[in-house]
Amino acid sequence: MSTATQSSGTTGTTDSADLAPVRAESLAAVLVSGARPPRPNALRTSLTFGWRAILKIKHVPEQLFDVTAFPIMLVLMYTYLFGGALAGSPREYIQYLLPGILVMSVVMITMYTGLSVNIDIEKGVFDRFRSLPIWRPSTLVGYLLGDALRYTIASVVMLSVGLIMGFRPDGGVQGVVAGVVLLIVFSFAFSWVWTMFGLLLRTEKSVMGVSMMILFPLTFLSDIFVRPETMPGWLQAFVNNNPVTHVSSAVRGLMDGSWPSAEIAWSLGWAGLLVAVFGPVTMRLYNRK
Amino acid sequence: MTSSNRTGHWAGPAIETAGLVKTFGDTRAVDGVDLRIEAGTVYGLLGPNGAGKTTTVRMLATLLRPDDGQAHVFGHDVVREADAVRSRVSLTGQYASVDEDLTGTENLVLLARLTGHGKKASYDRAAQLLDAFGLSEAAGRQVKNYSGGMRRRIDIAASILNTPDLLFLDEPTTGLDPRSRNQVWEIVRAVVAQGTTVLLTTQYLDEADQLASRIAVIDKGKVIAEGTKGELKASVGAGAVHVRLRDADRRPDAERLLRQALGTDIQLEPDPVALTARVGDGSGGGSRAAEKASLALAELARAGITVDNFSLGQPSLDEVFLALTGKPEQTRTPPGTQHGTQPETQQKKEATA
Repeated sequence: MSTATQSSGTTGTTDSADLAPVRAESLAAVLVSGARPPRPNALRTSLTFGWRAILKIKHVPEQLFDVTAFPIMLVLMYTYLFGGALAGSPREYIQYLLPGILVMSVVMITMYTGLSVNIDIEKGVFDRFRSLPIWRPSTLVGYLLGDALRYTIASVVMLSVGLIMGFRPDGGVQGVVAGVVLLIVFSFAFSWVWTMFGLLLRTEKSVMGVSMMILFPLTFLSDIFVRPETMPGWLQAFVNNNPVTHVSSAVRGLMDGSWPSAEIAWSLGWAGLLVAVFGPVTMRLYNRK
Repeated sequence: MTSSNRTGHWAGPAIETAGLVKTFGDTRAVDGVDLRIEAGTVYGLLGPNGAGKTTTVRMLATLLRPDDGQAHVFGHDVVREADAVRSRVSLTGQYASVDEDLTGTENLVLLARLTGHGKKASYDRAAQLLDAFGLSEAAGRQVKNYSGGMRRRIDIAASILNTPDLLFLDEPTTGLDPRSRNQVWEIVRAVVAQGTTVLLTTQYLDEADQLASRIAVIDKGKVIAEGTKGELKASVGAGAVHVRLRDADRRPDAERLLRQALGTDIQLEPDPVALTARVGDGSGGGSRAAEKASLALAELARAGITVDNFSLGQPSLDEVFLALTGKPEQTRTPPGTQHGTQPETQQKKEATA
């Protein structure tokens, strides 16, 4: 039967004796005083679920490991590994690499959205959320809002490390902020792919597996590490049409002080397309679950 | 939707279903359930594991879509007017349906905010509920560190936060120790006293007996009996006489004598010295049953069979269940044959993982 109740049953034996009694009068007062306020709007409920995601980070700060240590590792590894060979020196290379590796890290950590949805859905709390009279997607939008915070943290961490290592963006603060904002918008949209898989797949492990299958080619087969001109023609065809390439080119351009309007348009277009396709599919799965 | 009065403007039944069906693969988890539950009452849905109780509740709470049939909650269709239903009901599942990573306060504030309360009102309401449920001290602790009894409390607190008109309690005491169980019963009684309609599912007969005014016995997705506790008991007979003999060898003789004296079938209990006989036909009343029983016992004494102990009582719901299904309740569902309502099977997976 239910593990939750069984395990709690055993602990309950020891603790329940110490529990304060239920106060019937106060209970009555609570029930009587409960005039129902007007139904909250979609933005309110989404933000409330976003608050829930932030509370979870607050209670389990270890989970920020993936948005701090992992990105730092990536920057250090790739800069010093490829820097000398590809651009003459790590310092030269980081000017090209950093915006791209930022995109790669943040796009990679979007998959944790799928994991947390998948872990949560097994728990009873989802039933409660689903039985509330609220705008249905807000539960999932809340996750994504919480994740947007994680993406911001990851970006700040990586940029700080990059600056220490010698990254000097010509776009200044403005260009860097614009780049990060574009990246977060894209990642928010891209996360809907993972909410879908989080609802679709049965176990955490399968979500992880599928994420890796998609993320590795998508991030590596892009212009993040090397310019596409050096690649064979068939690969260029893929790389040049990869949404991650568009995003990293746009972010690189913005941080470099230019305004790559075509790449920005492509990035936002992909973002819109991802939400338009995976948003409804996710909601359909959510309602059917 | 923002009705101030507890039952709203709806004068009809709180729940009405007709031919409700839900299938999972080849199994008909709910197979044509008809229910009518009056507002302001506690209604017990009694049945063994996998009988379809949880599936029925999940359909009524708009979490599952029925495959066939109709269900209305306060006059609202559970499929077409799901949102109207959601604004009137609340669900407490078999397992704690609160966020285990959050503290007690945070859980309640979260739900208060989602119900539309302002920030300050939400914190006030959370504090008020925690106090009423005796959880003030644990307010700042994560729910995963709560004991079983505390989890149930915070769970029920979360369920009544929006003052629902109808509360679904899905096996509220499964897995709790007897003391916590009594405490949950107290809470349920207090909630009911405020006029909330409660649909309670349980596999414990005494729980239904303690809390519910009407009971539907559900088995293999079908309602096999429905009525007040008294009606269900009366359908089995006015009463039962339980006899314990000193000597197990004399049981066959005792059985024969009792059958002759009472004119009913005698049931041999697993205990080799015990027998149970139904007395009275339901119309004769209690005194008639007592008279028949004492005459039967006199027969035993005359035959030299020593009776160690006997009792005459109303049939228990256990006996009702037995009479309805023809099999004792405990042996009816061997493990692994649960034609599962989803949460039950999900939980099983977790248990083995």
